[in-house]
Amino acid sequence: MSIMEHNGAAMIAMAGADCVAIAADTRFGLRQQTVAVDFEKVFRMTDKTYVGFGGLATDVQTLRAALRFRLSTYELKEERVMKPKAFANLLSHVLYEKRFGPYFVEPIVAGLDDDGKPFLCGMDLIGAPVFCGDYVVSGTCTPNLNGMCEALWRPDMTPDELFEAISQCLLASVDRDALSGWGAIVHVITKDGVTSKRLKGRMD
Amino acid sequence: MTDCTFGFVGQKHKFVVVAADRSAARSIVVFKQDEDKVLELDASKLLGSAGSAPDGVAFTEFIQKNVALYEIDNGTRLDTFATANFIRNELAQALRRGPYQTNLLLGGLDRESPLYADDEASLYYIDYLASSNKVNFGCHGYASNFILSIFDKEWHPDLTVDQAKDLVQKCIDELQNRFLINLPE
Repeated sequence: MSIMEHNGAAMIAMAGADCVAIAADTRFGLRQQTVAVDFEKVFRMTDKTYVGFGGLATDVQTLRAALRFRLSTYELKEERVMKPKAFANLLSHVLYEKRFGPYFVEPIVAGLDDDGKPFLCGMDLIGAPVFCGDYVVSGTCTPNLNGMCEALWRPDMTPDELFEAISQCLLASVDRDALSGWGAIVHVITKDGVTSKRLKGRMD
Repeated sequence: MTDCTFGFVGQKHKFVVVAADRSAARSIVVFKQDEDKVLELDASKLLGSAGSAPDGVAFTEFIQKNVALYEIDNGTRLDTFATANFIRNELAQALRRGPYQTNLLLGGLDRESPLYADDEASLYYIDYLASSNKVNFGCHGYASNFILSIFDKEWHPDLTVDQAKDLVQKCIDELQNRFLINLPE
């Protein structure tokens, strides 16, 4: 089993009309054994930028701390909040620093620009970014996730429609993957704030 | 070589139990049957290790001394969450240099303080790859295949101390019954 599949993950970030949502499962497992069902993989970086890390859990936790540090340093020096695009570039840089001994994570970044436009970015483990306008996925069941998102995503969804779409995509995808699932959490980011909800899915 | 460490919290998070087997063995030979693999970090924290014995001993003793140093330096004790993060960080840094092959269960009781409204017991499951999770019950090693199911069935948040002892005994009985490796204690 590949190192990226040691712990299991599934996450999606989707764009709507002036809103963006990011969702992930909450399973923490060691290969086939599930150890915890409340493992956070999506983290708030700024009020308008969330990042999800899919991959090896230890690197998820290490990167979270590393990025918090880098972001805080930036905010102290620049006296302003980091924009999502700048954050994505920072993350890409942090990952490439370890080009020949990488962090085994494939992050997705979801944020809102200053003008309210959604920002989505997916990366591989050494920081190669791809900027999308519709959705990005990451995890152990990416074929499932891609298929579901392709089917259910449509442009200009309202926050409620976006929440519904991303939840259905995630739940349906993880149900066919042994390594992900066991609970899910969705964050919907709009200019007015962030709503976080836990999804009730199959706990198997 | 520890084969089994397990633990759980009880009674609305008022106490935590950490247990480990007592055999010290290598390959087919058992050296001793009364090894203590649960280290007391301080008066309110326990660290059970599973996996490679030398790494387990070296790392847990290192943590124990650093926790003591913190108390001397700062005049106050680290709480369980901070200790878990410290342990995780040390393991994570070592991971890419020379990893410690040791899985850990950190159980701690945080007394009523500005941070905690009431006495709060917590259990952290820390993997050898340095991932840390706060759990209600946990088990390392092959024994987890047997014991996790027992916990799933029998654990509930309001365990009393007597029920906890029964639960530990159930786990031990199951291992002695169904686990290939003989763990007398």
